Amino acid sequence: MQASARPAVSVNITPTGTVTANREAHASLPMRMTISKVNFFYGAKQVLFDISLGIAMSKVTALIGPSGCGKSTLLRTLNRMHETVNTARLEGEILLDGQNILAQDVTALRRRVGMVFQRPNPFPKSIFDNVAYGLKINGSKLPLAEAVEKSLRHAALWDEVKDHLHKSAYELSGGQQQRLCIARALAVEPEVLLLDEPCSALDPISTAKIEELLVQLKDLCTIVTVTHNMQQAARISDFTAFLLTGQLIEFSPTPQLFTTPGDPRTEAYITGRFG
Amino acid sequence: MSSRLRWRKFVSNFMLAMTGLCALIAVSVLFFILGYLVYHGGASINWAFFTRLPTPVGESGGGMANAIVGSAKLLLLASLLGVPVGFFGGIYLAEFSGRASAFVVRYAADLLNGVPSIVIGIVAYSLVVLPFKHYSTAAGSFALGLMMIPITLRSTEEFLNAVPRELREGAMALGASKWKTIVTVVVPAAYRGILTAVLLAFARVAGETVPLLFTAFGNRFWSPGWGQPTASLPVMIFTYAISPYEDWHRQAWAAGLVLLGLILAINIVARSILARGIAVPRS
Repeated sequence: MQASARPAVSVNITPTGTVTANREAHASLPMRMTISKVNFFYGAKQVLFDISLGIAMSKVTALIGPSGCGKSTLLRTLNRMHETVNTARLEGEILLDGQNILAQDVTALRRRVGMVFQRPNPFPKSIFDNVAYGLKINGSKLPLAEAVEKSLRHAALWDEVKDHLHKSAYELSGGQQQRLCIARALAVEPEVLLLDEPCSALDPISTAKIEELLVQLKDLCTIVTVTHNMQQAARISDFTAFLLTGQLIEFSPTPQLFTTPGDPRTEAYITGRFG
Repeated sequence: MSSRLRWRKFVSNFMLAMTGLCALIAVSVLFFILGYLVYHGGASINWAFFTRLPTPVGESGGGMANAIVGSAKLLLLASLLGVPVGFFGGIYLAEFSGRASAFVVRYAADLLNGVPSIVIGIVAYSLVVLPFKHYSTAAGSFALGLMMIPITLRSTEEFLNAVPRELREGAMALGASKWKTIVTVVVPAAYRGILTAVLLAFARVAGETVPLLFTAFGNRFWSPGWGQPTASLPVMIFTYAISPYEDWHRQAWAAGLVLLGLILAINIVARSILARGIAVPRS
């Protein structure tokens, strides 16, 4: 694919697949985050083209698309993790509760918009200290033990680890480590939780547990998850955005996107003709 | 079994034997040195060796208490000078510097590491001994500290760079600033490697003799404070070994054994402390 040139497919970025009624249904929901006209570059290479998208409050929004479509990049702009790459440049506006995140203090923003990564990345500390980490560095006055227990319960890990909280986090299995990372993110009580293919390194049983967990977590916070597993998006999300070569092709309520996709490219992708 | 397969098996076994033999040689060198030191110096090690001052020529007995304390003081001050500079320089190099400045610092550190110890001694002589008009513990420590900087700096940089990017991102995604990420996650994940390298640097300078000859000089008596010439184990070994006296030769062997024993003891203590923390598993 050409680096800087805009791909020939779909110059018009309006999500064609959204039927008016459904678009209204989405628009009437309260929005936690609003992405508008976002263009994103790594150096001279543009990887996101004019993306506009609303993240509905207390819902699960899934970003799907083939590898390299920009879904992870889009996710990482939501808590400004893209800034860890020197050449990254973002144009456009991203609002959290109506306020531009690009104008905020980045550490304060990341406390409100937590993140779970592709591979479990617990710190070389005990299980307890992993969960307490965010509270400690933010100087939280909450009693740590209670907060840690609460977060571990939310992450459905408490019963498995309550008797060895002071063991190394690396003694847990991969799936447990990933739930520990979710607990760690939940401990600082974020408003939004971003997940970057959280199950791609896990076995099917661990994956099922995490999927079940994400659906439950909706009441606690707004969830945005990236996945290249379409069945997973269908199972857990309320809204799905389909990205292709850096463009938002379609954004619809999940059942509609998977049953009556509005764009031929969406249909081609979800029926497995490419990707 | 075809001849080809037999030949392959032979080559495989031969190479296995060779690598095993080389490993054995590497290990046995240490044990040979240790054994040789014990054989020659063991008999001269007694309580007096650790508690008494050297006796005048011709009088038997005496010890090297002043050299043991002198070496300890030299190494303590050298570590206080060299380790922080190397450690924080390494943090800067790994976490903050641009490509060009990192190249300059890295290259300079590698060159400094290759500077002959006698040149380091001359530098310390002209920078510390001449202005104060005194051989001193401080001057010796300055020379040894300079030698510890490049090893500490380069290894700190390497072990920090080896910390997985995912760990840094995990901390930053929780609202940790860059500085907090380094202090609370990156350095704790790398500190075992860094401390091992610091121990290597320490052990290396502990045996250095040449830079001490014209900085710390030597002393037959106790050295008060930090501004006076001091005895040290390596210089004592040197002086005693080239002397014509049988008794001094035995004491030189004993001093060698004590020096090796002290370094070994520090190593074992540090490693047993290290074993308690949580290591990042290799992926």
